[in-house]
Amino acid sequence: MAQTGFGRRYFKAFVSGFFVAVPVTVTVLDRLAYVARVEGASMQPSLNPDGESSPDVVLLNRWSVRNYQVHRGDIVSVLSQNPLLTLGYKNRYVRVPDGHLWIEGDHHGHSFDSNTFGPVSRGLVHGRASHIIWPPSRWQRIEPSVPPERRPLLNWDGATEDGYDD
Amino acid sequence: MFRGFFVKTISFVGYTVQYGCIAHCAFEYIGEFVSCSGPSMEPTITNHDVVFSERASRHLCRIQKGDIVIAKSPFDPKMNICKRVMGLEGDKVCTSGPSDIFKTHTYVPRGHVWLEGDNLRNSTDSRSYGPIPYALIQGRVCLKMWPPHNFGILAESPNDGRIL
Repeated sequence: MAQTGFGRRYFKAFVSGFFVAVPVTVTVLDRLAYVARVEGASMQPSLNPDGESSPDVVLLNRWSVRNYQVHRGDIVSVLSQNPLLTLGYKNRYVRVPDGHLWIEGDHHGHSFDSNTFGPVSRGLVHGRASHIIWPPSRWQRIEPSVPPERRPLLNWDGATEDGYDD
Repeated sequence: MFRGFFVKTISFVGYTVQYGCIAHCAFEYIGEFVSCSGPSMEPTITNHDVVFSERASRHLCRIQKGDIVIAKSPFDPKMNICKRVMGLEGDKVCTSGPSDIFKTHTYVPRGHVWLEGDNLRNSTDSRSYGPIPYALIQGRVCLKMWPPHNFGILAESPNDGRIL
């Protein structure tokens, strides 16, 4: 008798805890942040500088992209968009359409990025990599940075960025 | 006295957080009500109609040709567009108008869909901006909720001839 009572109380406690833990966890992962392990070499040397032997784990901040505001130099995760087709650009210069982003891996030639599939719609941005959280020797906040040879030539405000030689 | 007040506040905050999270999960994984504006989906959906759009199909990749979907606009992610899916990846779609003499076609690339409004004359859709990535789709419209005399499942496409 006492055991049945205990079982029922345990069950009720479990169910009510379940209905708190699951929605809260799902909401935190959807709205705040989640963690992910970096695979591959496309972002070397900023991420995974030691290659597959010691992959970085980054914190992907979803809160900071809730308004789809990203800045040049940010590292972002985007929802998968299979390649439109392999675009070998005939022109050296490309204008990024409204509401789109141009994303590149730091490791040129080893990166499956906008050079392959073209500009990416802003609505596909999923999170911004804000911190490296593993290994502990690489704890740091990720700062936005664009390699000087990859800066845009012109932005729509009309101001010319620093020119560069390709 | 303060302790009672403190406990009540904490418990109120706790319940708010819990119900807020449950609401988020409901809107994100079950469905939401959407108020539509614009003439691009007439006569199926008219201005100021309220529809219910379910999220399960999108998460399970079960969106099919002929479904009406709500998607993020490719040019402004804060705006949503409501159109019908006329082609899935790999499909051949007609890019010319119904009144054009020469018909042109294109193939929908992998990971993309081709959207068209039912009101072909008055709709900016994939015919202007091309196919959009599947991942921009938010939900599938399954029920019209308002106005009450039009409550129910939505009609099939009036442009069936364009689905190849």
